[in-house]
Parts: sequence; C-alpha cells; structure tokens
Amino acid sequence: MTASAVWHRATRRMAAGVGLVTATVVALAAQAAMAEPLDQRAARQLLTRTGFAPTPSQVAALAPLSQAKAVDRLLAGTLRQPRTPAPPWVDERIVLPRELQQMSEAEQRAYRQTLVRQSLELRGWWLREMASTPSPLTERMTLFWHNHFVSAQPKVRWPQPLYRQNLLLREHALGSFADLLHAIVRDPAMLIYLDGAANRRGQPNENLARELMELFTLGQGQYGEADVKEAARALTGHSIEPSSGAFMYRPGLHDRGRKTVLGVSGEFDGDALVDLLLRQPATARFIVDKLWREFVSPQPDPARAERIAAEFRGSGYSIAVALRALLLQPEVVSSDPAHALVKSPIDLVVGLVRQSGAELVQPAGAAVAAAAMGQNLFGAPNVRGWPGGEAWINTQTLLARKQFIDRLLAPAAATMQTAAADAAAMPQQRLMRLAAQPARVEPQAWLAAAAQVHPERPLGADELARLAASLGSVAPATPPASGTLALDALRALLLDPSYQLK
Amino acid sequence: MHRRRFLAGAAAVSAGTFSGWARAESTAPRLLILLELRGGNDGLNTVLPADLGRYHDLRPRVALGDEAVVRLAPALTMHASLAPLQPLWDAGELAVLQGVGYPQPNLSHFRSIEIWDTASDSAQTLMQGWLTRVAALDARFGAFAADGVIVGAPDLGPLAGGARAVAVADPARFARAARLAQAEAALARGAMAHLLRVEADIVRAGAEIRPDMHFSTAFPRGPFGLAVQHAAGIAATRKVPVLRVTLGGFDTHAAQLPRQAELLRQLAEGIVALRAALVEAGLWQQTLLLTYSEFGRRPRENGTGGTDHGTASVQFACGGAVRGGLLGEPPALDRLDRDGNLPHAIDFRAVYATVLERWWQLDSPRVLGGRFAPLPLLRA
Repeated sequence: MTASAVWHRATRRMAAGVGLVTATVVALAAQAAMAEPLDQRAARQLLTRTGFAPTPSQVAALAPLSQAKAVDRLLAGTLRQPRTPAPPWVDERIVLPRELQQMSEAEQRAYRQTLVRQSLELRGWWLREMASTPSPLTERMTLFWHNHFVSAQPKVRWPQPLYRQNLLLREHALGSFADLLHAIVRDPAMLIYLDGAANRRGQPNENLARELMELFTLGQGQYGEADVKEAARALTGHSIEPSSGAFMYRPGLHDRGRKTVLGVSGEFDGDALVDLLLRQPATARFIVDKLWREFVSPQPDPARAERIAAEFRGSGYSIAVALRALLLQPEVVSSDPAHALVKSPIDLVVGLVRQSGAELVQPAGAAVAAAAMGQNLFGAPNVRGWPGGEAWINTQTLLARKQFIDRLLAPAAATMQTAAADAAAMPQQRLMRLAAQPARVEPQAWLAAAAQVHPERPLGADELARLAASLGSVAPATPPASGTLALDALRALLLDPSYQLK
Repeated sequence: MHRRRFLAGAAAVSAGTFSGWARAESTAPRLLILLELRGGNDGLNTVLPADLGRYHDLRPRVALGDEAVVRLAPALTMHASLAPLQPLWDAGELAVLQGVGYPQPNLSHFRSIEIWDTASDSAQTLMQGWLTRVAALDARFGAFAADGVIVGAPDLGPLAGGARAVAVADPARFARAARLAQAEAALARGAMAHLLRVEADIVRAGAEIRPDMHFSTAFPRGPFGLAVQHAAGIAATRKVPVLRVTLGGFDTHAAQLPRQAELLRQLAEGIVALRAALVEAGLWQQTLLLTYSEFGRRPRENGTGGTDHGTASVQFACGGAVRGGLLGEPPALDRLDRDGNLPHAIDFRAVYATVLERWWQLDSPRVLGGRFAPLPLLRA
C-alpha cells in the first residue's frame, strides 16, 4: 500500500462525513459531527486554523473531543495581554516633525536609523509572542484585526502608536466588536494612518470616514458619497495630544452641526456615528463574511453567514459568539479540498517554528522572512490589507516560502559560512541574511517527536503516512516513495504544495 | 491544462468560441512592455499645459519654472528630467498621450489601479486583469514560457486572476530557486489547484526564461535601473509577450518638486536604456512600451508643497513602430470638475484597444467588454 493510500484510508471517515454535507442537510450533518470525536487530522486542522501548526501533544489533547467541545476549549481562557516583554522604547516620547526639523542632519540621520531599528524590534516582538504564546487564537484574532483596521508603518512612521494599537486589538480580539470599533476611531495610529487627526470643522478630510464605512463596517455599495462627507464631519475633533501621543478630543475642531448619514439625521459625533454604523445589519454580515474566509472556507455560505451575523448583532457584537458559531461549521474540519485555506506567510513561518520545536534565535529575522513572502507585519500594502487566500501564492512568493523551508532544514554550518561571507554586504542584504535562518531547527528531535523515526532511517509506507499526517491536515500532492530516508521525506513533505494549505 | 483554467474567466467576457479570434494566428504577438508609475504621477509637471497662466495661478509653489523644463517641440514642454527622451522624440518614436483617464474617476489608489489593471468601468468590479483575459483568449500566448513577467513588484496587476504570470525580482536567482518547485500532473481542486498551477509556472519559466544576452548598453544605477536591466534581459530571450516594470513613489502629497524630479529622471534614463538594449537585441521594432499610472494629480497644489490625488494624466508610448507625436488634448485647466480635477481626453481603454487591434491583431471588444476606437499610435 502506498503512503497516499494509507493517508486516504486514515482520512476516509472524515471525508465521507463531509461528503454528505450539502446545503440542505448542513444543519443535520453538523449536529451529527458535533457529537462525534474529532480525529487526529480534524483536530490538527482545527488547531492550525485557530492558531498555528500544532505539536503532536496538542493534537492528541484535542482529538478525542467533539468539535463543539474542542471549540469551547479553544475559546476558553484566551489571553488579552502579551507575555513577551515589550521593547524598551514603547513609552519613549515620539519626536515630532517640527522637532526633527530643528535637528542637525547627523541627528536626523541617527533618528531615522533608530526608527528603522525600533520597527524591526516591534516586528520581532510580535513574532516572538506568536511563536511562544499559550494562546495562539489571541494572536490569530489580533492578526485578523490588524488586517481589518490596517494602520501601516510607512505612514504612521513611529512604532510607539503601532505597538499601542496592537495592545488594543489584542485586548478586544475576542471581546466586543462594538467596543473595538469605538476605540479604533480614537486610536492614535489609526488617526495618523487615515488622516483622522487632520479632519477638522470646515476642513474635513474624508479618508477615515470613507474607510470606516467601506472597509471597517458596511462594505462597498452600502453607502453613498454624501454619507462619506457627512460622516467625516461627525469625526471632526478627534486628535492626538502631541507630548503624550494619546488620543485627545478637541471640541473646538468638532463640527457640531446637524449631519445626515444613511438617512438618519442628528448632531452626530464620532461615537454616535459608530453606533449608527453598528445598527446596520450590513456591518455584522460584512464582519462575519470576512471571519468566514479567515477560518471556515474560501466562500461563505450566504444562508449560514446571515444566521451567524444575526446572532453576532444580537449578542451586542460579541466576537467570541460569532467565532464560536463559525468554528462549529463542518468546513472547518473538512478534508474536502474545496474548503482548504491557504496559509498566510505568518502562518507558515510561525507554524514551522512552533511545530518543529525550533529555537527562535532571530525573531525580527522571521518577520523579515514573512515580509519577503508578502506579509510585512505593521506594513500591509494599503488600507484594504492583505487580500489573502490564493492571492498569497504567486511565483515569487511561493519560491520565497520554499526557500525559507529549504534553508531552515539546511545544516547550520552551511548557513554560518554564508553569513560570514556576507559580512560586508549592504544593509538590505544584511536584512535578508537576518531572515535567512532565523530559527534553529533540530531535525532529529523533530522527526523523533513527530513520527518516532531517526533522520537516516528509510521509511515504510505506514511511517511515511504517519510523518505526513503529523505535518499537516492536507494530503500531499506527491507523497514520498516508500524507502525514502526520513530527513529527505521531511524535506519533501514540507516543500510539497499541501504544506501551504490548512 | 493552462488553456483550460482560463475558460471560466474567459466565459465572463464572452461566450463565443476561440477559434479564429486572433486574425493573425501564425504570427506571435509582439512584445508589450508596461511601465507602471505607481502612486499617481503628476501629469501637469510631466508635460506642461498650454495654459501656463492658469497653471502658475493654481500652483504658486509647485509649478515648474523655466529652469526646470525642457522644450522638446514648439507645443511640447516637459519636465527637465525628461530631457533624455529628446532623441526618441526626434526619431519619431515617442508618442505623448495627453489626458488619459476614464469617466467617473475614482481617487483611491487601489481602486483606481484596479480599474486600470482590469480595464473595467469605474463602477464595475472585474476579477481578472485585462492581459489575463487576452492570454485566455489568444492561443498564441501558449507558445511562450509565461504569459507575462512582472519585474520588481509583488502584485500581478494586469496579469492577475489566472494568467501564467511570473513575478521575478532577479531572473538568475529565480532560475536557481526554481529547482525547489515541481511540476505535478495531479488533478486538484480549490487552493491546491492554484498551488499546482503556480508550481508548474515556476518550473516552465525557470527552465525557459534564462537571460544570457550580454548588452553593451549601460543601465542606470539603482533599483529601477536594475529592474530595467532584468526586463531587457528577459525580453531578449523572446520567451514572453508581456513585461510589466514598476517605478514607485509618485504619491507626492508633500515636497513634490525634488521627489518627482528624481523619479522622472529615473524613468527617462530607464526608457533610454531599455531602447538601447532592445535595439541591441534586435527587438525595438517589435516592442511597444507604454507608461501608466492609477491617476494624475490635482491641478491646485495643496498646503504642503505637493499635490493630492487627481484624475486624467499624460502617458507615453514608445517603440520602433510607434508613430511619434501628440495625441489627446492638453489639460483643460478651465474645465475642472467640482473637485477641481481634470476631464479626460483619452479613455485608457482606447490605448488598450490600440494594443489589441493594431499591435496584436485581436478583436478588442472581447477583452474590453465594449468598443473603444484605437488611437493612431503606430505606424501602418
């Protein structure tokens, strides 16, 4: 029996269960699946989708539970604060543009270098938290909101407000979307990124108002240009206190006049505008559809998404309520390839580190590696964020992923040599070197933990299937042939396209 | 397999059959090089308007003075950084397209570039790039190693949504890394099918696109010069019908003058180097080079020595077969819309229609979803 046949035998029960699922019997099938224990593959998929690629012991702990019990366990006791110590500069006062202008050229250059260093440290800080947290779902949801309420470095410039925004997103990651939305229109990083601080009575700037409706709540086509103009007036007065960098409301800059947004008139301020947007059913649906694509399958099912959106709104926008309902959908643990999701670069990098038990020696380097694959933390390409899904994968980014895996498994000595040869390289190359092998993997320990085999041992079909199953929940496109040495099989399975899926 | 994957998307454009669509099946499509000026290039400071009085009124700080311009022809005053283009103009190989834009302009970077890349109407959302639709419909593209190569930017732009597009930062490194990919014949569904297609694209491109021409052309220094050099090398392999090269940084909301001067210098030097290299490769007569940008910038300067997002702008077309001259209309500074932006004179899809009809002998409405009259941009 070939490795793939063993694989398929192992997953047949799950696949058959999902094969029954059609739009009409979804509820029944879901109920049936809810009561049955997950198997190893389903548990691994659930853990990967709600966190990062898990270790065998994490899978073993979840596999005997039903999907409902497993989801409840994942949602219980999520952290709201990071465990990784903050970078040392997070409370340092930011240097304002006018202060920068008064500096000498050398001081300005030094300050710019400081910003570059700090922003690398900021990425490294988050990467380390993701790689080590006992609450990976917190990181997944923080990353989700990071990609929803985009505030990116090139525009925001200072790392301090971006760090504080990250704490805010994490605090509310599984809390109330309403609270989060109210907080985000006062968030200094957001007010810089979308020019909210430049939006004043008589001189409105529409940037924040437009994205608040188009990308944060309602979605395109649910409002008109006049609504944008009026919403911008409501948001006037939101500003930043220069010395502390904290939010500050400036009543003198607020437009107190009457505004009409979405057919409703009033003397709205920012909070009233947010409440008005939260009353729109389109908002709940927009968020649920986006969460669906993140956790469930590439294409939301309209009827079920609508039902979950109603539940979400009815709960006062409890994110945990929406997420629970979404994670109970059969697609979440399905082995049907149509429901497979593409790992993001962060999924891939952090997942590899966690799954292999590697030592993360260079967290900023790992963040730079993810950036080379198209996901630069705190640096989404535009306010719409990373489109995700299949758009993660093109020729350039897929090769970047494979090169990362290849280097991770390369003997450390080889990389050390390259590093020495590159010592005189330009700054950009130094960054790339930082990214080349940011984690130290011990393949021997990994193979022993994952499939109880020695790296030099030729593997039989059952051992190959066990190794493949320990790495991911999607069947490999090209299972290694029987007799392949364990280390070669590990490399082949990680380079197989299936490893890019979850 | 590649042909098949286009069917779904192509059907959205037209339900007709493919045979006989291209009127010249026997000749391979000639080379198209797209030069993207990312961020929204300020057209008014690229080619100066005729109405200099209004121009200076609108831009007390940002208008170009006499020392900052160069006159290529009596009716053609350009930014001084573009002086290297004079020989192209004199050779009749440079067409200046004035007022390129579209109705109901969108001022968002990402939405507007999406409109350009997909050749959609302002209010229409299409999922496929316009060149992806071409590749789907034109069987001749299959003979190439890839439908197009993207140099120096991560997004696939006009080749997004299903084309065999290869994004390359450095061709030599790409070829080396390509050994990590495998071409699989396996049938797959969903995201796995996408992954397998990309793997196959890498394998074929890695095997076939191996630039080996040694140019005597000196390429400009810097990342854009390097991108141009890579583009020339890839073009010389004759294995791709389309190249897209990006020069970023045109979003000049503040301190525009030095920034745009530097970018336009890079652009002009890049075009000149590309021309010299393609002449060396014997390809210049078969090359059409077009610039594009998501929008131009607002005629009235802002408060920070820059300009905000605008609408129609000037674009260039050059190549050995280009009919040099001025097309479109000079910026109508007396006819600004209520946001203070310019009307367009040429729909960008008319430029695409020219590529399709006159350069590639294709039926343009099948790609553009409507008829746009081609421009007299090429020599007969």
